Amino acid sequence: MTYNISRRGFVVAAGTAGLALAAPGFAIAQGKKKVVIVGGGIGGCTVASYVRMGDPSIEVTLIEPNKTYHTCFMSNEVIGGDRKLESIAFGYDGVRKRGVNVVHDTVTGIDPAARTVKTAGGGSYGYDRLVVAPGIDFKWGGIEGYDAATAEKIPHAWKAGPQTAMLRKQLESMRDGGTVVICPPPAPFRCPPGPYERASLIAGYLKQHKPKSKVLILDASATFSKQGLFIGGWKELYGYGTPNSLIEWVSGEQTDRGIGKVDAGKMTVTTKFGDTHKADVLNLIPAQKAGKIATDAGLTGTGDWCPVDMATFESKIHKGIHVIGDASVATGMPKSGYSANSQAKVTAAAIVALLKGQQPGTPSYVNTCYSVVGKNYGISVANVYQLGQDDKGAQVIKAVSGGVSPASASAEFRRREVEYAHSWFANITHDVFG
Amino acid sequence: MRTKVLGAALLLAGAAWAGGASAQGVPISVLAGNCVGCHGIDGVSRGPAAPSIAGMSRVYFVNAMLSYKYGKDLEKIEAAAKKLKIDPDDVEGHERLATVMDRMAKGYSDEEIGALADYFVGKKHVAAVQSFDAALAAKGKRVHEDACEKCHENGGRKGDGSGTLAGQWMPYLNHSIMDFNAGHRGMPKKMRANMKDLTDKDFEALVHFYASQK
Repeated sequence: MTYNISRRGFVVAAGTAGLALAAPGFAIAQGKKKVVIVGGGIGGCTVASYVRMGDPSIEVTLIEPNKTYHTCFMSNEVIGGDRKLESIAFGYDGVRKRGVNVVHDTVTGIDPAARTVKTAGGGSYGYDRLVVAPGIDFKWGGIEGYDAATAEKIPHAWKAGPQTAMLRKQLESMRDGGTVVICPPPAPFRCPPGPYERASLIAGYLKQHKPKSKVLILDASATFSKQGLFIGGWKELYGYGTPNSLIEWVSGEQTDRGIGKVDAGKMTVTTKFGDTHKADVLNLIPAQKAGKIATDAGLTGTGDWCPVDMATFESKIHKGIHVIGDASVATGMPKSGYSANSQAKVTAAAIVALLKGQQPGTPSYVNTCYSVVGKNYGISVANVYQLGQDDKGAQVIKAVSGGVSPASASAEFRRREVEYAHSWFANITHDVFG
Repeated sequence: MRTKVLGAALLLAGAAWAGGASAQGVPISVLAGNCVGCHGIDGVSRGPAAPSIAGMSRVYFVNAMLSYKYGKDLEKIEAAAKKLKIDPDDVEGHERLATVMDRMAKGYSDEEIGALADYFVGKKHVAAVQSFDAALAAKGKRVHEDACEKCHENGGRKGDGSGTLAGQWMPYLNHSIMDFNAGHRGMPKKMRANMKDLTDKDFEALVHFYASQK
């Protein structure tokens, strides 16, 4: 079915004109304001809902190809075997109930001058404001012997769903005594603590079910998110640093910044330095860039990510288009689901104001990333941010408070952080998906 | 050339905004939106542990946030309370053990804390849906009436300056009791005296009683 919004827009405009007769001074030709959102992930669903809540007179259309979204956050618990894949699956009925017109289609083109979006299904959607929230795309190429097809056998599991299930299945089939090799991508990438939480929860599974096995992390970076806390947790739970450790981490300094070659048949990876490692289960997470539609629309400029005015997330390249979440350059904030949710609220408030001809308010941003290191062992990084400037006067999002969990905390503290991680999951998914 | 035009347009936009603006604050949908990720839409948490903050006492809300923000600095807490039109005698600067809230609260101005309080105090408290033991709840009711009701009025629903206990998530109630008893969280003298007389079994019953309250 082709859904032609411009025809519908005409009907709505005529209706408003009728009303305007009774309200002198109202612009007669002005129809309903239209906001279109490309991408139904955490950022997209949040901005759709919050624009509707901020001004129910705005017509909001969200275009997303998939009928089910699997959250990346908590997908490591699925991989570790502590959670079912269904528990991280969400549909769009809740967003529809908030008055958002959800269309399952793929956006094929954005025309910033004509302010229209075209879809594979033949739809054409006009907008007053467009929000592009496509998440990440992978940078295939750069690793010899590895491409999109290889990833169907060697899962990245960095977009949750079938890839998550595949990695879990491979872990279940692995012999005791096997090696799980995780290759984190070069920064910046979605969910900076994610690879290390994954290593932790896989180690937790191995400890219980395949104790002769181990996790080998071949990193592209020399340091990583919440490093001290992770290593503290690994020492406590997985014997890190001992000969029998369930986790071994190889710094990017020793790999010469990551992986150079993959042999999918032999299940080996070779670091750029030249060391080859044999894997029983291989989880290579490729380098990343903004989602394809953002690149196709020219929103990334000459880089991999979309530069925006961080006060409103309006593109620095195309006026009238906002880019939020992983795809945007939100200097200072990690590429996380909670960041996308927070940026979406800032953007929704800005869009509601701008469409009324008002000045957007002052932004405030928040992020908390919980990582579950093992049973009853959680750690976190939490920050509140404001818009600010760096030393050279460039716009940045500045943390005005926060930090990581204390290095020395009681077992009870770590246990509570798992309970609060699960509370965050329950509440944020309700906020996003209804 | 194109950059130049864009730059000029941005300048113009900036000028237009500056013209219309007296320092505008953070929209409440954004400010309160920062709390929703953990405490739920309208401050009604879906659990399992993060407490609901909807419809609680304004004094309690502000007291908690100021304690997280300023720790033991009673002078700053009292000054902030005064600014927010709260009797400084009502904010006792109780130190509170936090996992993330001490990291969060420092990110907000006193005025923003006041705005957050007004927003969430105005929301309707909805009791957490959780299972409880009816026999323990019945015993807990007696403990509550004996030791707690005087300040945590109406079955722990609301009291001047006291937290919402009725319909609160059980893990959170357990954390709080544990922290009070371990000295990780301050409390009024009267409460300390009453807590001293209670046993672990009494506390367990109390938690089931509050969980039973709709």
